[in-house]
Amino acid sequence: MPPVAPRSGDAIFASVERVNAELFTLTYGAIVRQLLTDLEEVEEVNKQLDQMGYNIGIRLIDEFLAKSNVARCVDFKETAEVIAKVGLKMFLGVTATVTNWDTEGTTCSLVLEDNPLVDFVELPDNCQGLYYCNILSGVIRGALEMVSMKTEVTWIRDMLRGDDAFEMQVKLLKQVPEEYPYKDDE
Amino acid sequence: MIGVGKMKLYSNVLDRPLSKGKQEVSLSAFAFLFSEMVQYNQTQVDNIAELERRLEDAGYAVGARVLELLCHREKGNRRETRLLGILSFVHSTVWKVLFGKVADSLEKGTEHEDEYMISEKELLVNRFISIPKDMGTFNCGAFVAGIVRGVLDNAGFPAVVTAHFVPVEGQQRPRTTILIKFAEEVLRREARLG
Repeated sequence: MPPVAPRSGDAIFASVERVNAELFTLTYGAIVRQLLTDLEEVEEVNKQLDQMGYNIGIRLIDEFLAKSNVARCVDFKETAEVIAKVGLKMFLGVTATVTNWDTEGTTCSLVLEDNPLVDFVELPDNCQGLYYCNILSGVIRGALEMVSMKTEVTWIRDMLRGDDAFEMQVKLLKQVPEEYPYKDDE
Repeated sequence: MIGVGKMKLYSNVLDRPLSKGKQEVSLSAFAFLFSEMVQYNQTQVDNIAELERRLEDAGYAVGARVLELLCHREKGNRRETRLLGILSFVHSTVWKVLFGKVADSLEKGTEHEDEYMISEKELLVNRFISIPKDMGTFNCGAFVAGIVRGVLDNAGFPAVVTAHFVPVEGQQRPRTTILIKFAEEVLRREARLG
């Protein structure tokens, strides 16, 4: 059977079931508010959002691989492009641009102009340390970990803090080769 | 201004233009997010009633904001003052915007004057959720009940709203009913308005 060509982000997004982005935005806002009330410390909330994102990411990657038919990425550069153009489009309906590659090709920035998580949101003065979209960094970290890449994702620019775009820095720490679960000679 | 990015920097979030509400995200993104919310709340409570209450509170916040957004965008800032008006607003407009379709049915309770029911064959939030047997009658539709309560409360119609599973013959999955029980004052006001 000839290999199926990978589908573009737009095509997949058009074929999946969609919901109103505002429901998504408001639900996310309710989650962040709940966390702030429960945990009170902004740092704790950041960590919890990242953890929640990680939990989502490790499951989301299965759906991504099933629906998008992408071939195994040759290098990290391709991985970043696929996340920005196919992955984000498929789930959030927006694309990102990949910029700022370092010389070794292990660190890059994903720049989001449009982010459905932050519609209607303003950070109050007492929450200035909050990375409101930290769930996204967790999702990317979790998803990449399931395809054998250990990464570190941090926020460089955040529009809620006054910058002009959302910029995430994705740094590849190491490629973990997949462990064969059974020993052959047993 | 040419070449300005979509999200211009405004000093005040209220100055930004309101979107038309046509942007969409995938259903799975929402489902993942909702499942994380339920999982997180499960770690924070000891019993089912508390879990339902927390989901409802989260929904309440969503409902309050949805009411403001929709009143401004869809209804041109007109306020509903009659009971049937607000109920049909919830059943049609709110449901259409949030879930993409009007609710399956709106009924008046037969036993009590102050009860109304909005039914849905399968709530969007419950699509990918299965309740283990030991959780009994727990329904994640409590989130939607919270949204409805938020809308009604902020529109001036205080009510107690709960979500229930109603088994239907011939269908494997039970139907979900959102039961709305209005406060005394609402009925008295309604009677006065004639």
